[in-house]
Amino acid sequence: MISRSLSSERKRAAWLFLTPMLFILTAVAVWPLGRTIYLSLTNATLVDMTNYRLVGLSNYIAYDEGRWYGVLTDPQWIAALRNTLIFVVISVSLETVFGVLIALLLNTTFPGRGVMRAAMLVPWAIPTVVSAKMWSWMLNDQFGVVNDALMRIGVTAEPVAWLAEPSLAMASVIMVDVWKTTPFVALLALAALQMVPNDCYEAAEVDGVGSFKVFFHVTLPLIAPALAVAVIFRLLDAMRMFDLVYVMTGATDATMTLSVFAQRELVSFQDVGYGSAASTLVFFVIAMLTALYMMTMRLDLDGRSR
Amino acid sequence: MARVQLQSLSKQFGTTDVIRGVDLDIADGEFVVFVGPSGCGKSTLLRLIAGLEEASAGSIFIGGEDVTHRPPSKRGVAMVFQSYALYPHMDAYKNIAFGLKMAEASAESVDQRVRRVADMLQISNLLDRRPRELSGGQRQRVAIARAIVREPHVFLFDEPLSNLDAALRTQTRLEIARLHDDLGSTMIYVTHDQQEAMTLADRIVLLNKGRIQQVGKPAELYRRPATRFVAEFIGSPPMNFLSVQIEGGAATLATGERIPLQTQISGAVDLGVRPEALALAEHEAPASLRARVVHTEDLGDACFVHASIADRSRLVARLAGDAAVPSKGQSIYLRLPSEGLHFFGRDGHRVG
Amino acid sequence: MTRRFRTVGLGIAALICTAVLLFPLYYALLTSLKSGSELFRVSYWPGEIDLSSYARVWSEQNFARNILNSVVVAFWVVLLSMTLAITASFALGRVRFAGRKTLLYAILAISMFPQVAVLSGLFELIRFFGLYNNLASLVLSYMIFTLPFTVWILTTFMRDLPLELEEAAIMDGLSSYVIVRHIFLPLMAPAMAATGLLAFIAAWNEFLFALTFTLSNEQRTVPVAIALITGASEYELPWGSIMAASVIVTVPLIALVLVFQRRMVAGLTAGAVKG
Repeated sequence: MISRSLSSERKRAAWLFLTPMLFILTAVAVWPLGRTIYLSLTNATLVDMTNYRLVGLSNYIAYDEGRWYGVLTDPQWIAALRNTLIFVVISVSLETVFGVLIALLLNTTFPGRGVMRAAMLVPWAIPTVVSAKMWSWMLNDQFGVVNDALMRIGVTAEPVAWLAEPSLAMASVIMVDVWKTTPFVALLALAALQMVPNDCYEAAEVDGVGSFKVFFHVTLPLIAPALAVAVIFRLLDAMRMFDLVYVMTGATDATMTLSVFAQRELVSFQDVGYGSAASTLVFFVIAMLTALYMMTMRLDLDGRSR
Repeated sequence: MARVQLQSLSKQFGTTDVIRGVDLDIADGEFVVFVGPSGCGKSTLLRLIAGLEEASAGSIFIGGEDVTHRPPSKRGVAMVFQSYALYPHMDAYKNIAFGLKMAEASAESVDQRVRRVADMLQISNLLDRRPRELSGGQRQRVAIARAIVREPHVFLFDEPLSNLDAALRTQTRLEIARLHDDLGSTMIYVTHDQQEAMTLADRIVLLNKGRIQQVGKPAELYRRPATRFVAEFIGSPPMNFLSVQIEGGAATLATGERIPLQTQISGAVDLGVRPEALALAEHEAPASLRARVVHTEDLGDACFVHASIADRSRLVARLAGDAAVPSKGQSIYLRLPSEGLHFFGRDGHRVG
Repeated sequence: MTRRFRTVGLGIAALICTAVLLFPLYYALLTSLKSGSELFRVSYWPGEIDLSSYARVWSEQNFARNILNSVVVAFWVVLLSMTLAITASFALGRVRFAGRKTLLYAILAISMFPQVAVLSGLFELIRFFGLYNNLASLVLSYMIFTLPFTVWILTTFMRDLPLELEEAAIMDGLSSYVIVRHIFLPLMAPAMAATGLLAFIAAWNEFLFALTFTLSNEQRTVPVAIALITGASEYELPWGSIMAASVIVTVPLIALVLVFQRRMVAGLTAGAVKG
C-alpha cells in the first residue's frame, strides 16, 4: 500500500491522467446521449436543429383524435423490434452452437489445423461492409453464385431472391452475421477449452464415460462461464446491429433493425425528435439488459486495489 | 548528520495495529538491524522510515528534521529492495543513473558518480548489461549501487539477502559490512535471520507484534535478554526454560526435584539456561537434573544432546566436539551452572 | 481403424469449415478479375485475368483517396486512444481513490452504447464545431468505442506490474508521470501493440458515423465508399468495381491480422475469458 502523503502526489497525478480521457469520453458519449434523450422530447428537425419546441413524450406515444401516434405504436418500429429480436436470438444461438462445435474441432489434432486456425480470422478481419457486399453479390438473384450452385445441384429450380424476398431476407442477414461472427465465438470457446485440465477427460475415459456425456457433463460446465461472457457481449452487440442490414437490404420492413429504423428517421426523414426517441429506446433496451447482466453476474473488475 | 529518531511511532492497517508506539534513537553512522519473526512489523517500520507508508501517529526525524509528512525522495534516504526492483529494460548503468538524470544533474557529474560507485562495488564491467543478463548477486550489487549513488543520509535494506543462495549470502554479508566501514553512513537493515543480525549489527532492534522487545548490542541481547521472547529468539538452538518455584535458596521444578541456587529472587519464575551452559555430569550432583537422551546431533565442532526430564519437557545441551557422545535412551545428568542463569517472571520480563 | 476414420472425418469437417470461411473472399477475388459481360456469367475457377475493375476503382472512384482517409483516421484514433488510455490506466489500475470501481464500470458501460443513440447529439456537436465533412469528426467520435476497451485492457496489464518496481522508482525520486513514461511504458509494449491493432481495425471498420458525418467523396472512408459505389443507372451495381475495392481493402488487413494473430487472439480472449 502506498502511503497517503506520497499518495497525494499520486492522486493528483491520477486525476491529471484521468481528466483528458474522461473529458473526451463525456464529450463524445455522455453528452450526446443526454442530448439525444432531450431531443427525443422535442420536435426538432435535421434542417434546423436550433428551432424546436418541447413536446413531452409525444414522440414516444400520444393519442390524438382516435389514433395512436409515436414510436411505440409505429407498426414499422414494432416490425423493427420483432426483426431485431429474431435476429438476436437466432444469430447468437447459431453462433454459440457452431462456435463451440468448431472450437471442439480445433481442440483436437488433425492435419491442416494451423491453416484452419488462420482461416478463422479472415471473416473477422474483413470489414462488415465488405462482407455485406461480398455476400450480397454471392446471393444476387440473377448472377449470384449461390443460386447457380443450388440450381446445379438441383436443390432449387428457379433463382431465389435471397435479399428481395421478405421471408428470406432476414435469414440471409442472419446467415452472413453467423458467417462473420462464429469464428470469434469459436476462438473464445477454444481459449476456454484449452484451460480445461486434461485430467478431467482422462478421468472420464478411465470411468468409461461416453463422449456425449463427457461433453455435456464435464466440458460444457467448465467452459460455461467464459462462454457466458462471450454470449452476453454478442447479445448486446447484436441488439444494436446496423451495418449489415443497411448495406445488404437497406431499410426494408422484413429486415430493418431498431438501429436502422432510428437512423432512417434521423437522417432520411430528418425527424430528429422522432428519430431520437427511437434511438433512446434502443439505448434503454440495451441498458436494461446490461444492468440485468451486471446485477446477476456482479462483475469483479477491481482485483487488488492499492 | 544522519541521526534517525522515532517518537511514539504507530501504524494501523484498517483496524489492525501493526506498529505500536515505537521509540528509537539511531546515531549517525550506526548499523542497526531490525529483526524479528514474520509479522512482527520490521518491514513496516522500515517502510515508515522510508516514507512508503504513512504513520498513523508519532513522528520521524532524520538528520534532525521532521520528515513524518515528507515523501521518500525528500527524506534523504535510499532503499535496497528484497527483489532488487531493477528497471528491467534498462542496462545497469541506466538503472543506477536514472534517478540522478531525472533530477537534472549535469551529464558529466552523473557519469562520474555512477562510475565511481560501480568501481566501489566492482561492477564496472557489467554496466552495459540488462538485469536479466546478470546473476542474483550482481543484480544485488547494482541495486546497492543505485542506492549509494544518491548519497543518502540513511541507507535502508529490506531483507536484501533473502533471494540469494547460502554461499552468496555469506559473501554479500561481508561486502555489506565492508561497505558500511567504507561509507560510514547510517544503515538500517531488516532481516528475519538472527545470524545476519548478530554479525552485521552495531545494535539490534528486536521486534515482536509491533513492539520493541529490546534494543542493544548483539552481545547484550545474547547475554542479558530483556524478555523471554528475546532469550528464545536469539541463539540457536534456543535457550532452555524450566518453570520453577524459588524459595529459600533452592528452585523446585514441576518434577519435584530441587536445585540449590544462589539468588535473591523468590517466587514463581521461568528459569532460562543456554545449551552451552549445561554440562554433562557423571552422576547425581547438586544442581543437576536427571534426564534421558532422546536424540543427538553430532556436527563435528559441537554436539547437541536432546534429553527429556521427568515431566517430559525437553532440554538441549551443547557439548564440545570431542566430548563423549551419550547414546539414545541413556540416562544422564545435566548440571546447571551457578552463573549464567536467566530468570523471567511469568509476564516474560527479566527478573534480577 | 476407427481412429483413422475419426481423423479423416475431422479433416473433412475442417476442410468444409475452411472452405466456407474463405470462399467469399476467393469469389470476390475471382469476380474482381473479370469485367464486362464476363461478370454475369458464374464461374468457379479463374479464367482470363482482367484488371480493368481495379483500374476503374482507382481512377473513377478515387479509391486511393478513400484509403488514405481511412489510414489517416485509423492512425489518429490509435494515437489518441493509446495516449489517453495508458495514462488513464495508471490511475485506474494502481492508484486507490474513491469511486474508482464505479468509474471502471461506467467506462465499461459506455462501450455498450448503441451508436445510433449518440448520433443526433454528436451530429449537433459536430455541426456546432464546424467539423462536418471533416475527418477530425470521425477521429473524435470513434473514441466512444476505442477508449473503453483500450482503457480496460491496459488497466488490467497496469495492475499486474510489480509494486516494488514502482516503489524503487519512488525512492529514486521519480514523479508518477516519469514512472509511467519511462518505466511502465516499455513494459507494456506488447499489450499496447495488441490493443493498438484492435483499435486500428475497429476504426477502419466503422460505418455509421463515417456515413453520417461525411458528405463528399473526398472525405469518405473505405467502408462508406464501398457501400456507396454506384453504377451508371440506379439498378445497376458495378460488381466488378465493388469486388475490386473489397479485395484492395481486405488483403492488407488480412495480412496484418495473420501476422499478429497470436497477439490479437490473446488480447481478444484476455478480456472475455479472464472476465
